[in-house]
Amino acid sequence: MSVFAAARSALRRQAMRPWTRPGLLQRRSASQYNAELAGLTEAQAEFRNAVTEFAQKEVAPLAAEVDKSNNFPADLWEKMGDMGLLGITVSPDYGGLELGYFNHLLAMEELSRASGSVALSYGAHSNLCVNQIHRWGTAEQKQKYLPDLVSGKKVGSLAMSEPGSGSDVVSMKLKADKVDGGYKLNGNKFWITNGPVASTLVVYAKTEPSKGSKGITAFIIEKGYAGFSTHQKLDKFGMRGSDTCELVFEDCFVPAENVLGEVNKGAAVLMSGLDLERLVLSGGPLGLMQAAFDYAVEYVHDRKQFGQPVGTFQLMQGKIADMYTSLNASRSYVYAVARACDAGHVSRRDCAGAILYSTDKSIEVAMEAMQCLGGNGYINDYPVARILRDSRLYAVGAGTQEIRRMLIGREFNVQFQQQNS
Amino acid sequence: MRPTAARLLNILVPVKRTIDYAVKIRVNPDQKGVDLNVKHSMNPFDEIAVEEAVRLREKLKDAVKSIKVVTIGPPKSVETLRTALAMGADSGVHVEIPESAPPPEPLGVAKALRAVIERQKDGVDLVILGKQAIDDDASQTGQMLAGLMNWPQATFASKLVVDTASKEANVTREIDGGLEELKCKLPLVVTTDLRLNEPRYASLPNIMKAKKKPIEKLSPSDLGIDLTPRIETLKVTEPPKRVGGGKVESVDELIAKLKEAGITAVKA
Repeated sequence: MSVFAAARSALRRQAMRPWTRPGLLQRRSASQYNAELAGLTEAQAEFRNAVTEFAQKEVAPLAAEVDKSNNFPADLWEKMGDMGLLGITVSPDYGGLELGYFNHLLAMEELSRASGSVALSYGAHSNLCVNQIHRWGTAEQKQKYLPDLVSGKKVGSLAMSEPGSGSDVVSMKLKADKVDGGYKLNGNKFWITNGPVASTLVVYAKTEPSKGSKGITAFIIEKGYAGFSTHQKLDKFGMRGSDTCELVFEDCFVPAENVLGEVNKGAAVLMSGLDLERLVLSGGPLGLMQAAFDYAVEYVHDRKQFGQPVGTFQLMQGKIADMYTSLNASRSYVYAVARACDAGHVSRRDCAGAILYSTDKSIEVAMEAMQCLGGNGYINDYPVARILRDSRLYAVGAGTQEIRRMLIGREFNVQFQQQNS
Repeated sequence: MRPTAARLLNILVPVKRTIDYAVKIRVNPDQKGVDLNVKHSMNPFDEIAVEEAVRLREKLKDAVKSIKVVTIGPPKSVETLRTALAMGADSGVHVEIPESAPPPEPLGVAKALRAVIERQKDGVDLVILGKQAIDDDASQTGQMLAGLMNWPQATFASKLVVDTASKEANVTREIDGGLEELKCKLPLVVTTDLRLNEPRYASLPNIMKAKKKPIEKLSPSDLGIDLTPRIETLKVTEPPKRVGGGKVESVDELIAKLKEAGITAVKA
């Protein structure tokens, strides 16, 4: 044990130059992101630059502490609201920017590059909750809930998963019984991002359990409703600080005017939301990959062994090449899907494909980046370990890799079945 | 130049597009310049200038009639104007020079600014600009402009308080010995130092609103000025690598080493 400790402190003394020590990195980081290769228009590049400046100034310095303390910075929601980040796809009537999913993706990517946890909570609020209310809400519902969500005064969340219903989301058991004036909800939801702090929640429940997918209804729940409570924050491997918990409904009364979309037509709300959720959240793995690559490529040119920067050894050159190409290939696919969605062509197989591919690559790249740092990659003072832990979430969060693979295969099955019939 | 309406301020903020401060500078192989194929952004001291103008408006409200930003540069410089507009400026002027033209020198810029000021129907009461640009570190433009306009100048400002009623400004300057306070009459040239303020970043809604704000495009000939350089750059090199120092054991040894290095005592 003492030998290891001595070796470790020797590594630290050698490697801890001011700029490599996270937390001391106060200046704007020079990222390897290539806007021309990404094919951004001038307006998109300007948008992205603005988000980058915000993210690097307001989010990146907090990332390590957010992870360590498992706490989301409370004042960050309003800061993001003031910046205009929370209503990117929302109509200006409610304070939004009315931009496309590509812009939302760019914002998600840059926030994720600064902090995976913050970006995940941001995505759950701005896409899962806000975008669903924006797409399916009545004028009254939108007017009532969107302005505070877009300004950051209130935090949003979305709940479909349950302890017993993950991939098999349609098997959900949260029951919504019709009562005078509305519905009474009984049951639980699990793995709910922003659950501990959300004031406005989009919740899916079974109004007709016997009808399976045709018996699901989406509701807008307010935190203060009698019978609604949350259990304590989950202690997660990564994405720490993106507050996640279980929701408990015990005879929770929801007024009839809070049905989102139509009664028993909730599956359509849910499923169509998932496509866009997959697309926008693809920015999460992209940002994490860029962060890991930027850090590793700078490190291997500074760290010297045997009289030269380790990045000049062939095996390390190979690692740089693999990380760089994986990152850019992922980004090209995700951006292409985003452009298609903005043009009105939302393809289920490609939205699933975008997050499937970028997630796999981000875990690989983060792992390789950690290896590039050698022993220092294993120390939590360096950010790459956290990036790796964060990247792992996307393999199960917002859907599993297995379901995404099944979906894409099934899409082709259906296509050929229709062609051949 | 017609006198401005009493109590209403027209502020002009010249801004420059420079290499981003976080970029690592590389000298070109021909040793005539640096690699310009890198990220550019607004000169940080100019960001402080724009911020100060916007804060003046927040403080003095309607007493600030207009905040105009101006840049002299190639087509891409318009991005810098857009950033300033997104921070809160009302309109911009782009004195456009060709991409291939040599970068303007401080005297040329000062003459261009004078011409722009003289074109303003409502006049200009206050020019706030960065104390220097981080590419040439000349720290000349503000001072030259004041000279050309025959206006007072308050440079390296760390605090600016404007009294529109008396058309005066109190400026605190950072000097080697500490802080100096000046009372100046408007119209005035102020150059900003680092501690004047911390600039806001432009929010996305403001960036989108900025697209609708007007930018006037002019050429140097429209202004009747000649931006031909008067200075020829002979050579650009990196600073010499730092050589390690040495430790001494006693005061006598220190004095001996100083004498060796050619440093002699100052005669009282």
